[in-house]
Amino acid sequence: MEIPKSFLGYKRENGRAGTRNHVIILPVDDISNACAEAVANNIKGTIALPHSYGRLQFGADLELHFRTMIGTGCNPNVAAVIVIGIEPKWTKKIVDGIAKTGKPVEGFHIERTGDIGTTMKASKKAQEFVMWASEKQREECPLSDLWISVKCGESDTTSGLAANPTVGNLMDKLEPLGVHLCFGETSELTGAEQVCATRGATKEASEKFMKTWSSYNDFILKEATDDLSESQPTAGNIAGGLTTIEEKAFGNFQKIGNCKFIDVLEPAEEPTKGKGLYFMDTSSAAAECVTLQAAAGFNIHLFPTGQGNIVGNPIEPVVKLTANPLTVKGMGEHIDCDVSKILSREMNLSEAGDELIKTTLRVANGRLTCAEALGHKEFVMTKLYRSA
Amino acid sequence: MATDIIIHDKKDNVGVVVIEKIAPKQDCACWIMEDDSSTNIQSVDEIPLGHKIAMVDLKEGDTILKYGHDIGKVVKSIKKGEHVHVHNVKTKKW
Repeated sequence: MEIPKSFLGYKRENGRAGTRNHVIILPVDDISNACAEAVANNIKGTIALPHSYGRLQFGADLELHFRTMIGTGCNPNVAAVIVIGIEPKWTKKIVDGIAKTGKPVEGFHIERTGDIGTTMKASKKAQEFVMWASEKQREECPLSDLWISVKCGESDTTSGLAANPTVGNLMDKLEPLGVHLCFGETSELTGAEQVCATRGATKEASEKFMKTWSSYNDFILKEATDDLSESQPTAGNIAGGLTTIEEKAFGNFQKIGNCKFIDVLEPAEEPTKGKGLYFMDTSSAAAECVTLQAAAGFNIHLFPTGQGNIVGNPIEPVVKLTANPLTVKGMGEHIDCDVSKILSREMNLSEAGDELIKTTLRVANGRLTCAEALGHKEFVMTKLYRSA
Repeated sequence: MATDIIIHDKKDNVGVVVIEKIAPKQDCACWIMEDDSSTNIQSVDEIPLGHKIAMVDLKEGDTILKYGHDIGKVVKSIKKGEHVHVHNVKTKKW
């Protein structure tokens, strides 16, 4: 198959391109959710991103909170942002971070005004933003404007046999065309970590990976009351035939094909070394991982599943694929790309990779994903430790 | 060509069932993906889609190989054609 050289995206002020054109209402903290949701309810075509944190965090955990908030606002799938927080200082910090992209952003704080007055002021600005954004048109963008993140979930043995290698095939075909790629899931590489480390493009990248993985593993050994055997593999994984975390890890690892990763990113850190594959230190919980990758600037997500994970994200479209024919039959409304014919030898990996490229481009051009049509908007912040 | 079981790598001592389920004493066609070759096995147990079958006899302490890599250890001996899962295999991590 000849791979198209472009897609239709929204060009942003900072040179990036979006696959979506969202106007978001971003609460800085948990107690500002109600106001953000009231604004999104008032102004059609906007979307609120409620979450559970943002108060009394400190140190690296607070830095991650700001990086996730600012990164979400900066994502090229977002046209404009309203930021609402309880107090002015943190609200301004987030507004200033997003403003560096050149996109419209305005902040409001609730103290001294209350929910109702803030909702009124923020709604007026949100209306202005959404009407402005609604005139944006899709334009031809080079394929290299795609930043593709991947993560698998509710995996079973069909994930490792077919769905994950299909993603790997796509990576092998798109990496030479200059796209950015990202995989994560530090915990779910356990058992395959030594092999994964050999896939660093440089000695530095390999060492950085082992350092990141070891630090995670030390944390597990320190905090775990017994071990991870109750949660890794999950009950869903075991029902699907996965027996050990090693088996899951080698299946997971198929997603990067033959690519080598050029750098290791902190959670929600924007890649800065140009095109190519990156590893990000993330949780393996689906919504947390996708939220971090979206905050790092990735604009389309590929999600292979076995037993049928249903996750979505409010700003980054999540494309699901599966090779499990029972999942296609039982919950087809969640599956954007069916590669189950690999299991019956009616389709080879290269054909499956081509199908996934076609689906990815249709979604990049604007086709809704199953998760979008079904209203999945899971926005889940990663918390490193308890608040003060 | 239809297949009942897929084996990733020639070194692997387990295969994965890729039809809805295999019945006891079923003659199964196996496809080895690595070199696109074929082999056969007769099952002992009923094994559902996605679950593993032992391609050889395995004894306690043996290593299970899948994708050509170590994915765990045998904790209860397994006969060729039997179901391989959490009841007879455990991680080596913990």
